[in-house]
Amino acid sequence: MGAPARMNLWTKAVEVMVLAVAVCFSLGATDASSRFNDLGHRLMCTCSCAQLLGECNHVGCQESGRERNELTAAIAAGQSDEQILAAFATKYGATVLAAPTAHGFDLVAWVAPFAVFAAALLGTILLVRRWSVGKTQVAAATDNDPAALALREKIRRETDTNNDGGF
Amino acid sequence: MATFGSLSLLIALALAAYNLLAGAVALRLLATGQPARIQPERLADTARRAGIAGFVAVTAAAFALVWSVFANDFSITYIMEHSNRDLPGAYKFSALWSGQEGSLLLWAWLLAVYGFVLRLTHKTDVRLYAYAGTILAAVQVFFLAILNFAAPPFSLMKGTIPEDGNGLNPLLQYPEMVIHPPLLYLGYVGFTIPFAFALGALMMRYPGEKWIKITRVWTLVTWLFLTCGIFLGMHWAYAVLGWGGYWGWDPVENASFMPWLTGTAFLHSVMMQEKKGMMKSWNVWLIFSTFLLTLLGTLLTRAGLVSSVHAFAQSSIGNWFVAFMVIVLVVCIFTYVLQRRHLKSEHHLESLVSRESSFLFNNLVLLTACFVILWGTLFPILSEYAQGSKVTVGAPFYNRVAVPIGLFLLLLTGVGPLLPWRATSIKSIRRNFILPIVALWATVIVCLAVGVRPWKDGSFDSGNFYALVAFAMSASVFAAIVMEFLRGGAVIAKQTGRNLLVATWMLTRRNTRRYGGYIIHIGVVIVVVGLAGAAFNRNVEKEMALGDKLEIGPYTLESIGGTQDTNPNYDSWYAVLDVSRGGKKQFQMTPEKRVYHASGQPQTMVAIHSTPSWDLYVVYEGANPDTGQPIIKAFLNPLVGWIWAGVALMFFGTIVALVPSQKPAAQKGGQ
Repeated sequence: MGAPARMNLWTKAVEVMVLAVAVCFSLGATDASSRFNDLGHRLMCTCSCAQLLGECNHVGCQESGRERNELTAAIAAGQSDEQILAAFATKYGATVLAAPTAHGFDLVAWVAPFAVFAAALLGTILLVRRWSVGKTQVAAATDNDPAALALREKIRRETDTNNDGGF
Repeated sequence: MATFGSLSLLIALALAAYNLLAGAVALRLLATGQPARIQPERLADTARRAGIAGFVAVTAAAFALVWSVFANDFSITYIMEHSNRDLPGAYKFSALWSGQEGSLLLWAWLLAVYGFVLRLTHKTDVRLYAYAGTILAAVQVFFLAILNFAAPPFSLMKGTIPEDGNGLNPLLQYPEMVIHPPLLYLGYVGFTIPFAFALGALMMRYPGEKWIKITRVWTLVTWLFLTCGIFLGMHWAYAVLGWGGYWGWDPVENASFMPWLTGTAFLHSVMMQEKKGMMKSWNVWLIFSTFLLTLLGTLLTRAGLVSSVHAFAQSSIGNWFVAFMVIVLVVCIFTYVLQRRHLKSEHHLESLVSRESSFLFNNLVLLTACFVILWGTLFPILSEYAQGSKVTVGAPFYNRVAVPIGLFLLLLTGVGPLLPWRATSIKSIRRNFILPIVALWATVIVCLAVGVRPWKDGSFDSGNFYALVAFAMSASVFAAIVMEFLRGGAVIAKQTGRNLLVATWMLTRRNTRRYGGYIIHIGVVIVVVGLAGAAFNRNVEKEMALGDKLEIGPYTLESIGGTQDTNPNYDSWYAVLDVSRGGKKQFQMTPEKRVYHASGQPQTMVAIHSTPSWDLYVVYEGANPDTGQPIIKAFLNPLVGWIWAGVALMFFGTIVALVPSQKPAAQKGGQ
């Protein structure tokens, strides 16, 4: 089989896989909503147990019982998620929300990790590219240098063997 | 015994201080070659011996505290607050680390044990060990100073001595609590050793990479302790806290996870230094950071800076830790700036797509994960400072931010070993990546077909989506690693004529570091599969009168009554539940609720029936105060058993990686 035919086969295989995934994705996404469970995991219990409202397991915990009732009532009243969360934050303080909001200073909490990751990723790529260019230039300059050739051979020997490379 | 303990701590402090001062003077004399009355080698040896004697003194103090617990000496405040007469023996022992002063004593004792081993094996490299021993002594002086002046474990009660103590926190009265904290501490404290070697090697401009080889074993063992400690903590949280989960992104958990991440990064990047003389500065700073993170973790949880569900011992020693961390940081920066020329890389990377760069990216992701956790842990403090009010940074934040990073790391776990050193050709990428990619897509299709879909209740669900991605990537990484084993095994099978299984074992024996590492990676994959199962957890809560039934998944739980028990330590109430599946009775579960006599605190003891598919996890939450009927909460937690199995494999892989490689017969004969 020639290279173009093999390439064609691979393209077809990828197409089949994507199609299969799309078919599976389209099957049965019709269950009823469970906002109580979702919101219960975005709010904290205020009894100082430091647990999510949906996971507070203290029998007779006054706070979680009251919060759950309020949450049920708010959902029944047709309030949006944002309205419910805002109402809880107003009543119990910002610490009732299990995660920072996406507004004001709180936004920094969400942005900083991704910004740091992106900056570090970019920095690493640039660093490696700079090293690669430097290496090419050095290699070109020292192609006929016996010491450099010997060093390169030593590195090749060390890195090609299967004798190392684990923890 | 209190006087003996206090005196032992004072002597230990004096010995550690002598070790530090005499060691520093001797090393200075050796470095400068200045003439002195005493031979610097002899002075250094007296410092080493003082370190060994210090171990005896700290051991005596720890013994005194344990003895006092067993002797019910309630004249000692610490014993009164953390023990009682009827506390079982094993938990009396664990009272040593159940409070602030005791856990600091445990820290000092473990440091003394590590130092003792280090000082006994000093002949490996006398000068380097002298540096490391002196740095260890400096750390020991800090802990012993706290124990002597800020948090003395032997301080005496004022006024009347009570007949009985307050007892141990019920949360800590669980078998794993007897081993989880010491293992975690062995991990925390153990990172002081590679830190001491790294700083010492930098101070003395140590030639070559021998110090890396010496440190590797220490680091790997320490990492293993920390790994086991973290996972035992997870299991304890799962079995005792009764909320159905094992990781809540609590500051205490985060504090243990951060040094684990940087330590893991160090274990990977150190290979680059060994093999190619690269990333020297990076490695030094990784180990410095790891050590500082162990201190920061202690500061965060002990000083009450952040609230935690299981910071059992808080006090005002925060200032001591802040001061010590500043000193450590200044010493590290100063030494680095002074000696940085010594850390110049010998080689550079040749290609963006190579094994070397995969290590670099692996480090990048691990450190980003560490930053995310640190950021999330500290953000409430930052928020309070910036806008005057605290916010909560809980599981939803970490699940959104840390999970994608974790999945990227998993991807690198699979990709890294498939990339050759130096540079990669398109041909080799195609050859190495076909099987993993096929495994990935096949898993996606199978998962979607069996109902693992990225939506729940009609809308997109990030938990389900991440689970699907995690399953697919895990399959891919698993395929990649198995392929590596089989490829090598096939070559050896051809050479030796043995079958593939034996040949793969021989391959592992010939390069234990590499293949032990791969076994650890398979363990990580299995853990990830187990963690991904959490997306499909279910739970039902019901008040159950006699004969009432509760259904969850394929199981039906029927209440057949309750029973009570009492012992000198606590009273218990059990709910007795028959569990049937498909109409047939399978087994019985007896979740328990305890109330401890000494403290009067209640505690749940969860009943767990574990299978490879899921855990049936049942909590007796207590009796409804109005009706008197028991309230039962049942969870069906898929794949949790995989987490513990994965950890066991990680443990095995680490042991394999620690065993020296066996040389092939031909090579042996040639020597």
